[in-house]
Amino acid sequence: MIFAVLIPLLIACFIPALSKLKEKIHTGIFVFFIPFLIFLYFVTFIGNDFTPTMEQYNWIPSLGINFDLYLDGLSLLFVLLISGIGSLVVLYSIYYLDKSERLGHFYVYLLMFMSAMLGVVLSDNIFVLYTFWELTSISSFLLIGYWHFKERSRYGALKSMLITVFGGLSMLGGFILLYVVTGTTSIQQMITQVDFILNSNYLPLILGFILLGAFTKSAQFPFHIWLPDAMEAPTPVSAYLHSATMVKAGLFLVARFSPIFSGYEAFFIIVSVFGIATLCWGAYMSVRQTDLKAILAFSTISQLGMIMAMLGFGTKAAVFAAVFHILNHATFKGSLFMVAGIVDHETGTRDIRKLGGLATLMPVTATLAMFGTFSMAGVPLPFLNGYYSKELFFEASLGLGADFWSQTIPFLAVLGSIFTFVYSMYLFFGTFTGKKHLDKLPKKPHEAPIGMLISPIILVVGVITIGLFPNMVNSSFLQHAAAAINSSVTYKDVTFWHGFIPPFKMSLAVVGIGTVLFLTRKKWQGIYQFLPGKVSFNRIYDGILNQIGQVSTRITNYYMTGSLRTYMSLILGTMLIVSFLFMFLTDGFAFSTNELANISFIEVAVVGIMIIAAIATIYMNHNVAAILVVGVVGFGVAILFVIYRAPDIALTQLVIETITVALFLLCFYHLPKLRKSSDTPRTKLMNAIISIGFGTLITLVAISSHSSRWFESIANYFVENSKPLGGGYNIVNVILVDFRGLDTLFEIAVLGIAALAIVGLIKYKKNKEAE
Amino acid sequence: MEIITSILAGVLFATAIYNMLQKQLLRIVIGTALLSHGAHILIFTMGKLKTGQPPILTDGIENYTDPLPQALILTSIVISFGVTSLLLVLAYRSTQENGTDNMEELRGNENE
Repeated sequence: MIFAVLIPLLIACFIPALSKLKEKIHTGIFVFFIPFLIFLYFVTFIGNDFTPTMEQYNWIPSLGINFDLYLDGLSLLFVLLISGIGSLVVLYSIYYLDKSERLGHFYVYLLMFMSAMLGVVLSDNIFVLYTFWELTSISSFLLIGYWHFKERSRYGALKSMLITVFGGLSMLGGFILLYVVTGTTSIQQMITQVDFILNSNYLPLILGFILLGAFTKSAQFPFHIWLPDAMEAPTPVSAYLHSATMVKAGLFLVARFSPIFSGYEAFFIIVSVFGIATLCWGAYMSVRQTDLKAILAFSTISQLGMIMAMLGFGTKAAVFAAVFHILNHATFKGSLFMVAGIVDHETGTRDIRKLGGLATLMPVTATLAMFGTFSMAGVPLPFLNGYYSKELFFEASLGLGADFWSQTIPFLAVLGSIFTFVYSMYLFFGTFTGKKHLDKLPKKPHEAPIGMLISPIILVVGVITIGLFPNMVNSSFLQHAAAAINSSVTYKDVTFWHGFIPPFKMSLAVVGIGTVLFLTRKKWQGIYQFLPGKVSFNRIYDGILNQIGQVSTRITNYYMTGSLRTYMSLILGTMLIVSFLFMFLTDGFAFSTNELANISFIEVAVVGIMIIAAIATIYMNHNVAAILVVGVVGFGVAILFVIYRAPDIALTQLVIETITVALFLLCFYHLPKLRKSSDTPRTKLMNAIISIGFGTLITLVAISSHSSRWFESIANYFVENSKPLGGGYNIVNVILVDFRGLDTLFEIAVLGIAALAIVGLIKYKKNKEAE
Repeated sequence: MEIITSILAGVLFATAIYNMLQKQLLRIVIGTALLSHGAHILIFTMGKLKTGQPPILTDGIENYTDPLPQALILTSIVISFGVTSLLLVLAYRSTQENGTDNMEELRGNENE
């Protein structure tokens, strides 16, 4: 199983090399075999007697992060979708993408996504799951932005990335809390500890964080806004990521965590409310669209809402209907996206207002579209799988409870489905029937090449097969998938005709009212434009993004002035505040007068002169005078070293100070004269505060370090071992050349680098003159 | 006496930083020179002052001053010399190339 997850990633490494051959062999042909083999591998698991399996691999055991893969009915449904639809999409893309495109990039991203998505649905470890989850967002970002020269593509890519990654991070927060509460990182082990989680104070937070991740990923209202913009991706990507697989990761997450949250009523209420709201809003918005892919995008949003709502109902019938619809939606919506791609490819436009009457020109495509749209609309015909799950949805929406809100759900379900019916009909009849406007089309349309038709044909065959023999998929894996979400689900036959029962009446109402609305749609156009009017969620998103940009620019410009002095003040000021705070909070200040050395007049005199000289450097406005004053400080340091019995450093200090003064004199001669400071009193005051504050800090640190002895001095070690180990009498010298010899080596290296830099600086001047 | 040298270190740091916050490159170089002096005095004060004889092994003497701060300072003196001379040359060259030694005029361009 682990190979199934990782092989796409491994193969992706070879794609750049293979894409060099693209003039001879389309890169997609190599890629096609990967999802196809994975599909064949997982098909072997299908069967009535399926039992979940677990594979464990150690990854970071010290952190409890193991690469555990868990295959149950739910994962099986998803891996089959990912690999199955993946194979068809790759096949379709071979004809959709011209050899002049950057095929290498496309297939690398696609394979990356495949690995990531398989990882999401198979991981048992929450942190592994999270990693793959974010990887799907990243590959989706790359695929949406595939035609990166288009402004809309970049906008859509960024939008989807920001929204889904925001949700992903929130989900990570939920996962961490779950880990804190249960002490395990395995989902299956968490399910055994449900009581712990349900009694935890963090439960509302956990639920909120995880649902936010699921809702953003599955484009639930009001986070749905990224999905329509994601349609800028090449159509195979839209069919694959943004309808069949990635957007269902949120549903997967809700389903996966259903056993954990099933004891918590808020879970069902929140998921149902968001699901129903998304169903209605998405279907309503879809009716107003004129772009084929935009219609499909909003339709996907609404269908995702419907599945989400069913997961929210949580009853046996609802959960089964949810997994059934996940499968059905992937088949009919996948084929519809491919049809939209074909229409776009052959006519050069996706604007439904310019299209019409294509049925006679593209009969095969039109037939495929008819099956897809009618299945999506839930027309009660025995060979359309969409009808079965739609009717199960109606059945599940009835009888949820006696209170007012539960009673409204069937009506909202019907309302959303009516809009679904209207846009489905519009999609089909608007494109394939009616008047032809061939003059408005950029290209002269004709039937698509057979290669492009294979994938949608297979999907439509799937639609019909599932429609005719629903129990074939039901017994072999749908029942296992439903049982993984709600263990009380048992096998139940799915039949077309139940009699004249309420769900069937609801379907008839949808078809009836829908037909009326569709036929009279011209009269309603004004109303469709009325909502949402100016207050749209896109505006809110754009506004927020714009504001974030502006505010951070303003903040950055405020302190990034380009003036090094300002930076210096900021750094020193921060250091000052942090150090004082730290010293204060940890009670670090200490003051003791024990063991102080004697004070003699000569020392005080030297120190006094040094202090005066140091302060004088600030007021000196003459180059030579300033150097001399600095020299006074330097020689004062040397005298102190002599007094305090440090002959070696006193000597060094004397030599170095002499050279430094000479060097200063040499350079100062060429430098502009010192001037009086022209700063405003305010700047001067700020500088004074910072420097005096720093001086005080240093004094306090020095006194505190003297006053507190936490360890014995290690000086005795050097005193005792200087002769036996180092073979020298001068202890300081022995430390330098022996005990800490490497430090001295580096010190020499620093000097060498400084010397080279100086030579470089001077050379640079000569070269300049040569020009 | 340690308290007095502590204050000296503080004063050296304060004046060093005040100089480093000035506009003129020269003052900044002076500031760094003062800063290293301050650091040396600080390290020196942290080891105790005048607790024994100079750290050169001599027969009959057991008590020596702490040699470790001295070794550290010796290294530091040499390095600060390297830094100061590099800064001096840098200041000199930068003044020559840019025609100004005023930090406020030495800013990056907006478009860089």
